Amino acid sequence: MSSHTFSMSFDAHAGRRPRWPWWASVGVCVALMLAVPRYADTALQLDLSLVMILSLLALSMGLLWGYVGILSFGQTIFFGLGGYAYALFSLNTDLPVAALALAAVVPMLFAVLLGYFMMYGRISDIYLSVITLVVTLIFEKGVRATSGPEYVIGAVRLNGQNGIPGVPGLPLRIGPLDLQSIEGIFYLALFFLALAYVGIRLFLASPTGRVLVGLRENDKRMELLGYDSRLYKLMAFVISGGLAGLAGGLYALWGNFVGPEMFSLNQAAMVVIWVIVGGRSILAGPILGTLLIQYLTTWLGTVGVGQVTLALGFILIVCVLLFPQGLAPACQSLIARLAPQRRAGGER
Amino acid sequence: MTSLYTGLYLVVFSISLMLLISLGLAVIFGMMKVINLAHGEFMMVGGYACVLSANAGAPLWLGVLAGGAIAGIAGIVVERLVIRFLYGRMVDTLLATWGLSLLFVGAATTVFGASSMGMSTDFANVSLGGMSVSSYNLAICAFSFSLVALCWWLAVRTKAGLIVRGTMQASEMAACLGVDRDRVYMSTFGLGSCLAGLAGAALAPLTGVSPAMGGFFVAKAFITVIVGGHLPLVGASAASSLFGAIDGVVSYAYSSVLGEVSMLIAAVLLLRMLPLGITGRMKRGM
Repeated sequence: MSSHTFSMSFDAHAGRRPRWPWWASVGVCVALMLAVPRYADTALQLDLSLVMILSLLALSMGLLWGYVGILSFGQTIFFGLGGYAYALFSLNTDLPVAALALAAVVPMLFAVLLGYFMMYGRISDIYLSVITLVVTLIFEKGVRATSGPEYVIGAVRLNGQNGIPGVPGLPLRIGPLDLQSIEGIFYLALFFLALAYVGIRLFLASPTGRVLVGLRENDKRMELLGYDSRLYKLMAFVISGGLAGLAGGLYALWGNFVGPEMFSLNQAAMVVIWVIVGGRSILAGPILGTLLIQYLTTWLGTVGVGQVTLALGFILIVCVLLFPQGLAPACQSLIARLAPQRRAGGER
Repeated sequence: MTSLYTGLYLVVFSISLMLLISLGLAVIFGMMKVINLAHGEFMMVGGYACVLSANAGAPLWLGVLAGGAIAGIAGIVVERLVIRFLYGRMVDTLLATWGLSLLFVGAATTVFGASSMGMSTDFANVSLGGMSVSSYNLAICAFSFSLVALCWWLAVRTKAGLIVRGTMQASEMAACLGVDRDRVYMSTFGLGSCLAGLAGAALAPLTGVSPAMGGFFVAKAFITVIVGGHLPLVGASAASSLFGAIDGVVSYAYSSVLGEVSMLIAAVLLLRMLPLGITGRMKRGM
């Protein structure tokens, strides 16, 4: 398992309950983000909302890849499924809240199906990556082929290539906050990201979470200890699928739009790049990577250096060859070196 | 009777397409165990070489050869610059070749534009069992079957093939016997890319070329090679026959998208039953 060996030195915290420095840094970050809409303009709020939604997608992959050792390229399947589930259900009924729940549930159901075949077939990790990639491609192709008027779900046309426009937001008010406004979506994204981040961190410290980390280190040994690795892996796959689906639902809500690009190979590649640039051995890595790469692609687009894909491909190769750990663990070890007596303090 | 012939012809054609698409990957992934997600992009390189040389006035066969040669050279360059640092690290190889694939797509879009390029073709139709068939499709069938035969001959009947197989099986031992492993890996990767380039070039007159064309092939190629199992040639041929037949029949009866979807479902089901692929239980063979 070459992908796992180098992450070992950094995951000492994985099985432990978080201590107060961690809670404090999470609190500070959330408080800072809460203040953003007060000072930032609309464009920045929209950008940051998107980054947070995509971070949720990256986090779902970081959990699966960094902590369970399963490299699934299929996170975009669940992302797309979640988006389409939200769009179709909220357009067909008047229940957007239920639709957002479905955005997590539908991908989880599909994850059970796909995961069953892969985990219980004991397909080795590298084949699993390829199979999830192939399923992504098939989904993209399938959705793109639904442009004809005969492809209707409820009262909504799937529109193939063009996607579904006019996806509604959540018509809810929390105090003075309208969840359909730009500010509302910002807080919604922040809420779910913070919830997922803290939730995953606590989950990893729970007995089940420790089993998952154990599976990454040595699944044979875990089986000899009596844990059914297939079941645990399937569970992790389903949880991560639900998170990615939720991100998809939020994405649909953010842009009022879903399209087949959500399933696309480029999108799948983006998720991998976020996670690998940020680093997958700590949970803050995927978030950091998403932030950096999103801003980098926007910046590359504005300076007009030509093809963004070209730059991203280059970044991916360089990261794999030179910085396989990613940025966040590098920052963490730097902080640990500056404050050697308490190395947990570097984690965000 | 005619519809039976039509069906049979479509199945044979679809099998030969599948073989053509996956042969290069069977060498790189099946033999070398290098997961090459840029396989489709090597096909694209071959396709562009073929279209450009044909539009410059070269005959088609020369264009196809040029496609193979240029993709082969590109493969050797890539092996030297990236792949050789990653042997044995499968996940990293997968990620790096994905980066390569993005890089190639981006480069092709920058140079040739995002839209697809075609070439003028004038292939006569021939009559076969009462139906009219493009002669080029028949040529593709012949081309892909002879490429498989050539690979088999190379691997089994030549000294170079013996050295390559030995190196892949036990590289330490091969090195002890004086084989330059670096060169063997490099040239095998080059051969695989060359086969991919030939495939892309041969398909270019049918499909045209575009920077994103690799994505259409890479999934098919991978499931063919994975389901094939550890014997690259036998496995790829068996899996191609199976998937080609499924794809051909379903595409003919319903639609090409449904053909691909059913192919994928068949692949996942098959891997559930035979996790090691079709040739998983076979001990000997190529």
